[in-house]
Amino acid sequence: MALLDIRQRTGYLFIAVIVAHIILISAQVNTRRGVPVLEAVTFGVFAEVQRAASLVISGVRASWSDYFALQQVRQENERLQQELARLRITLQQERALAQQSRMLQDLLTLKSGTPLATTAAAVIGSGASPDFRTITIDKGTAEGLRPDMSVVAPAGVVGRVITPSARAAKVQLLIDRNAAAAAVVERSRAQGVVEGTGGNLRLNYVSGTADVKVGDRLVTSGIEGIYPKGFVIGQIESIQRGAGEFSAIVVTPAVDFSSLEAVLVVLTPPSSDVEESTTPADSEGAADTTAQGRE
Amino acid sequence: MKAVGVFVAIALALALQTTLARFLVGGIAALDLVLVVVVYVALTTGPVSGMLAGSAAGIIQDALSSGLIGVGGLAKSIVGFCAGVVGQQFIVTAALPRFLMFLGATAVHSGISMGLYVLLGLRSFPSPWAAVVSQALGNAAVGMIAFTIIEAVPGVIERRRMRRRL
Repeated sequence: MALLDIRQRTGYLFIAVIVAHIILISAQVNTRRGVPVLEAVTFGVFAEVQRAASLVISGVRASWSDYFALQQVRQENERLQQELARLRITLQQERALAQQSRMLQDLLTLKSGTPLATTAAAVIGSGASPDFRTITIDKGTAEGLRPDMSVVAPAGVVGRVITPSARAAKVQLLIDRNAAAAAVVERSRAQGVVEGTGGNLRLNYVSGTADVKVGDRLVTSGIEGIYPKGFVIGQIESIQRGAGEFSAIVVTPAVDFSSLEAVLVVLTPPSSDVEESTTPADSEGAADTTAQGRE
Repeated sequence: MKAVGVFVAIALALALQTTLARFLVGGIAALDLVLVVVVYVALTTGPVSGMLAGSAAGIIQDALSSGLIGVGGLAKSIVGFCAGVVGQQFIVTAALPRFLMFLGATAVHSGISMGLYVLLGLRSFPSPWAAVVSQALGNAAVGMIAFTIIEAVPGVIERRRMRRRL
């Protein structure tokens, strides 16, 4: 019966007999290197088996270790993300501190650079109505603030004190529709009056023949007796030549009013400022402007 | 019982083969009686028997010769198996098919054994065709005679018995 089974598996038996003969022959034949073929083939086949097994095992090990490593990486990733978020907040705080430091440094430079008596004030609020461009500062009459005292920033003129209280003051920004300041073109000394438009400035009362160009910088002339002479107002953005005597000149303010945080209030009373005009930018023209301001 | 008969046939063939070894043509024996027995066994009993008979006979023949043990066994195993398969698939009772079977079996056997030796670099066969053809023809002739005798033996015996009874 078993023999019958074997006969039914003729193919397997044939292969087995052939392989057995090949093994038998290989055991007797040496390769060119003197190693028996059987040994060489066996070693070669077994080496391939070992290689395959090693590959499989190393693959499994790699996958296994990668799996655990990925889990660790995931935890580490979460931890690093938290760390990154914390560092971003810290960075923002540091940037804010640096910005504030720079701003205070600029303010200090301005304060020490001008011979005028000034006091630094922090901006603590802005105007309640968009029609009136004002800010509130944390210094008031207790610190010597009076109405019409000029307020400046390192970038230029901010405005003037309009309503001081004991410990705070409301400052009318130069871009307010009711604000104005005497101005002079720094390059050509052409004079005019800068008036607020709500968002920008407009230079009015400039002669049609005056030497005015786009890009010219405007500074205060001090004629009106409020703003000290020589502080930067802004830069001419566009000039519209009209048929009349004056041209419509749009001025971009030098100060970014939306990001004001600290300002300097010039404590010198406006009248005395006009009388004793001491300017940081142009002291030579002080006498003229003072005279004009008196007029 | 059949296996014993196969072993006896192989032994006889080997004994005859060793006595006929001096008849060489081109380096190989002019007749391979063991191969004839293997083919006969394969054709009469089937591929497995042919293969096993070829394997055993070939190994013994290799052991008795000075060649590699296994080369003849491998060649005769393949020939025995293929002859058995052919014998099962086709009718090989006529003279011509049997003749062709012996011719083909000898050719395949020579090709395998010589090919293995050449492949292993142990021997060379510069022009084996004449020797192979002569051995194939010799084997075929012997095989045909053997078939005729073996198939005729039962009839002769039966006829003698009948005559004795009469």
